[in-house]
Amino acid sequence: MKICIVGCGAVGSLFAANLAQLDDVEVWAYDLSRAHVDAINAKGLHLSGVGEVVGRLRATADAGELPPCDFGIVATKAMHTEAAIRATAHAFAGGCVATVQNGLGNEETLATHVERVIRGTTFPAGKILEPGHVQWDVKGDTTLGPYELQPAPFVEVERLADACTRGGMPTYAVSDARGPQWRKVIFNASTNPIGALTGLTHGRVCERPDLRALVSGLVTEGKAVAAAQGIVLDSDPEDLIDHAAKPEVAYGHKASMLQDVEAERATEIDYLNGGIVRFGREHGVPTPLNEAIWALVKGVEQSWQQ
Amino acid sequence: MTRVCVAGAGTIGSLFAAHLARVADVTVLTRREEHARALNEHGLTVTGRAEFTASVVASADPSSLPEPDLVIVACKGSDLDALVARLAGHYPGATLMTVQNGLGAEEVAGVHGAWPLLSAVTFMSGTRHSDVEVEYVLDTETWIGPNRGTSPDDAHAAADLIASSGLKAAAFDDLRPAQWSKLIFNATVNAVAALTGLAHDFHYAETARLGDLGLLVRGLMDEGKAVAAAAGVALWEDPWEMNVLATLRGHRHSPSMLEDVKARRPTEIELITGSLVREAARFDVPVPLHTALYVLVKAKEASYS
Repeated sequence: MKICIVGCGAVGSLFAANLAQLDDVEVWAYDLSRAHVDAINAKGLHLSGVGEVVGRLRATADAGELPPCDFGIVATKAMHTEAAIRATAHAFAGGCVATVQNGLGNEETLATHVERVIRGTTFPAGKILEPGHVQWDVKGDTTLGPYELQPAPFVEVERLADACTRGGMPTYAVSDARGPQWRKVIFNASTNPIGALTGLTHGRVCERPDLRALVSGLVTEGKAVAAAQGIVLDSDPEDLIDHAAKPEVAYGHKASMLQDVEAERATEIDYLNGGIVRFGREHGVPTPLNEAIWALVKGVEQSWQQ
Repeated sequence: MTRVCVAGAGTIGSLFAAHLARVADVTVLTRREEHARALNEHGLTVTGRAEFTASVVASADPSSLPEPDLVIVACKGSDLDALVARLAGHYPGATLMTVQNGLGAEEVAGVHGAWPLLSAVTFMSGTRHSDVEVEYVLDTETWIGPNRGTSPDDAHAAADLIASSGLKAAAFDDLRPAQWSKLIFNATVNAVAALTGLAHDFHYAETARLGDLGLLVRGLMDEGKAVAAAAGVALWEDPWEMNVLATLRGHRHSPSMLEDVKARRPTEIELITGSLVREAARFDVPVPLHTALYVLVKAKEASYS
């Protein structure tokens, strides 16, 4: 089978290099970074860190080169979903496309360009060290399930999950993938922007009682929006937040959004807190705190243009 | 000639002292001795909207300065208590005028002596370039009203004196409606600016799309208006309209709390948003948005270390 990774950044590279270990899978990667693409084609895609992997695959910055594929795995930042799938949709005319991106609304965007969509959430993380070389920081599970409004057949979801698992990325096929997705979105939306706005690490956010109460206010709104859609979270985001605050887990971790803000890079706020606000609006659930945080982080981005 | 002592020679104090020195005998009470020496030696130079140098008599010791009729306490709110404590026992015949942001400056100052008090808020702004040079940037008004032991006539007399010096001033029979309008405006614009790094411009009035900053600004102002209503204060100006007007003028203003955050200095969040949040609690009015911004700015201050 042919699988194309759309957006071969850190997370996309983890899927690409691991899937390339399988004899029965031909892996393609579509990415706009010419240097990354050239390095992958010349020397393979190298992962180091919690796993040492070199994957041989075909990378391209030209979507016209992509063959018809059985699966797409979209791993771009959420603000690039539309452009990425518009460019590559032709390769998935007969296939299924999964998202493993952050935030809400990616499935909806994919569904405007391709027929069969797979909702997904992934926890592994890393960062690009140099073109062709990615540091794998964290291992973790991936959950895939058919997108309700334009589903991929469940056997296809299972086939992709099986390939990922065999390749070294443990992946579960489930009938309703919204629970893990909303758990992760609520976690991210309630903690990442707080770090970005204050400059504090996750642990320092959590040890200030008044700030931790604000985090809980955001979590409570997110849970209400999930509940209004009949989504059952697979675990309580509050527990994850407290767990991550432990010194041995992620006390000193600077949220990725804080790193984005420090580097003046566009954040995924529109798809995190903005997504919670939009879904809340659709289902009649007020989300004033998420709306406030959304506007503040957008304000941070606007300040870079002043 | 009226004798005025300006206590605290930051930006606002320097603007008052230099202008008033043209129509009154002005003394300046500084915190640092070398600041007083520099003022005595070089005078105080104003640039920007006015260009002149004024002679002032300065000291870091109130007992070495002549007895004034009016003391303008012009420090930041966070320095108010310590500054007025230094005046305790001095100038028994003088009236004290506070110009701090937020609420409650009169009470803080009044603890240290029996002076008659005037309330004031100022909208003027400037940039302090050195101990002896201040740039006059925004020539907006200072508003004055009676407080403990003073009458509307006293407020008018102080406003007339300030206006005669070339600054803009107006007197009110009751300052609270104006003070609260400014408090709600400031609590909103300063905290948003401190958190976003965004100077006050058109973004603050954008309301077209979900998630626009103006919607948050309006929400914060609506919370403030609810607190004012519960406190029985009929606002002088609608803070949302103040915001729309200010941003429509097209210029971009960098609020003091944004400057503080950029320089990693303590902000006036406790005096501005803090006083609004405390009033809200006193009158049992929910202010979740102001509370969120209050804890975020406090946390941002904590991130300096």
